[in-house]
Amino acid sequence: MPPAEHFASPPEWQWWILAYFFFGGLSGGSYALGTLLRFGGDARDESAARLAFITSFIALIPCPIFLMVDLGQPLFFWHMLVDASPGGGLAFKPDSPMSLGSWALLAFGLFSFVSFLGAIAEVGWFRATNGIARILRGGVGLVWNAIGTVFGLFICAYTGVLLAVSNQAVWSDAGWALGGMFLASALAGSTALLLLLARSRRDVDADTGVRLETADRYFVILETILIVVFLITLAIAGTIGKVLGVWLVLWLVVIIGLAAPIAMLSSGAARRWPPVAAPILALLGVLALRALVIFSAQI
Amino acid sequence: MAAFQERPMGFFTDTSICIGCKACEVACKEWNQLQGDPAKFTADSYDNTGQLDAQNWRHVQFIEQVPDNNGVVFNPTPIAGGQAWLMMSDVCKHCKNASCMEVCPTNALMRTEYDTVYIQNDVCNGCRNCISACPYGVIGFNEEKGIAQKCTLCYDRLQGGLQPACAKACPTESIKFGYVDDLHKVADDRLANLQKQGYAKAQLYGRDEKVYGGLNAFFLLMDKPEVYKLPNAENATLPSRNNLPGYVGGVATAVVGLIAGLLAFRNGRMNSNNNNTTTPN
Ligand code: SF4
Repeated sequence: MPPAEHFASPPEWQWWILAYFFFGGLSGGSYALGTLLRFGGDARDESAARLAFITSFIALIPCPIFLMVDLGQPLFFWHMLVDASPGGGLAFKPDSPMSLGSWALLAFGLFSFVSFLGAIAEVGWFRATNGIARILRGGVGLVWNAIGTVFGLFICAYTGVLLAVSNQAVWSDAGWALGGMFLASALAGSTALLLLLARSRRDVDADTGVRLETADRYFVILETILIVVFLITLAIAGTIGKVLGVWLVLWLVVIIGLAAPIAMLSSGAARRWPPVAAPILALLGVLALRALVIFSAQI
Repeated sequence: MAAFQERPMGFFTDTSICIGCKACEVACKEWNQLQGDPAKFTADSYDNTGQLDAQNWRHVQFIEQVPDNNGVVFNPTPIAGGQAWLMMSDVCKHCKNASCMEVCPTNALMRTEYDTVYIQNDVCNGCRNCISACPYGVIGFNEEKGIAQKCTLCYDRLQGGLQPACAKACPTESIKFGYVDDLHKVADDRLANLQKQGYAKAQLYGRDEKVYGGLNAFFLLMDKPEVYKLPNAENATLPSRNNLPGYVGGVATAVVGLIAGLLAFRNGRMNSNNNNTTTPN
């Protein structure tokens, strides 16, 4: 098959977009983890679940700022939601992942904020929202968290679909793999972040930490499979060369990030690393994966 | 001057008679008040415009298929005994199925009453999604204005019954402007004429629906589309082709991820419960 030919110009999406992809993924992934811990685990996992919801909202705060400063007209950010053309209405375009993503970010912001309010009340940081915490405990909470998780996972994945829905080399060649790859890597990164934060908190059950490590390994396996799929799709399209060369340095960071959680378990030498080493390496890997996908296609 | 009818309008650019004088580039900049990019010395071409972008809404491509110092010609064409200096005044194609319009989240990209594709400057917020989508590299980001910009097919002139500046300035009539239906007939006649003269590679690009449902600004080419940096019919794909597979891939991964997470938390909890109950023994 002849290689796919691309004549599109690069959109110059750079550091702000990388930062958004990274923090957005961590926020969505942390929310999903919080829900899994709260409704999949038991009472002893609750403090880790609260930590996940708090992390999710804090990671979300800079996201709209990154997106706004990346715009050529930051004050027109609202044009993403409201059609400013004559006879306007709402700007909602299902064919445009950027349009869907803007709405999803708004919706997820609401879910993440309310869950955050509930979580900070439960940890005792802000008692005024105790009522929200109480409501989120029962069946209503399950529904709320489930819907929030759908939006959270959408935030993790749509960034990959956004890149794929283009005519850029690499991005559009890996059409169906990018969304899943970003989602799996966001889950792995969020677990690593939660493990990192849990180490500094006494109220997180030690057993929960062990289960988080298990989940992390599952997510890493899923991510690795999707990275291989991504590379195969590029090889078939004939554009794999674009993500090699100088990008091998970033691939090395990705591979170390993927290997760290597994090495901690199996290798004697790695077991002597400080406990924060594996999560930090994993987070760097998550960042490196996004950086190489974003930048390699545009050079 | 009488205004034009509200029917599809466009360009037929006949590259076989382009002489590379760049009058179109100059007229476009003049009318649209574009400063142009700082001049650069490429050292390998007489083309110092480089590409279409926010400052260059017309760009005369120089495809220099002339012998090198050793007399070798790369990619020989049928013109002039296997050697040629192809020129093509490139522009926004005003695609019938426009990739840029598909992805624009703000609806800044709209279709006019003349079926052309137009960016509303006061609606665009500079997200640059259209740049990533346009398969022809037409749109550029105007740093000063903070918005995406491209050829408007001189929408303002059209409303006053004037033809676009580039077509008016072109001395060889390589750029023809008019109603698309009429231009199709002119193009068909010209192609038949060239083929009769033995130019076997001469072909129309964007005349039919094979690329993006047809292009309102279409071309007569003297070689394969790829030579002019135009995707052939096989590579002319819309961004939206990746919407469904992209989301399906995401949903499948989400389901697997959630099951994996549940397994990790449930199994672990069950194991630890078992351990807790057996520890006292
Ligand atoms: S050539 Fe590019 S900018 Fe012009 S209409 Fe087609 S997709 Fe849009």
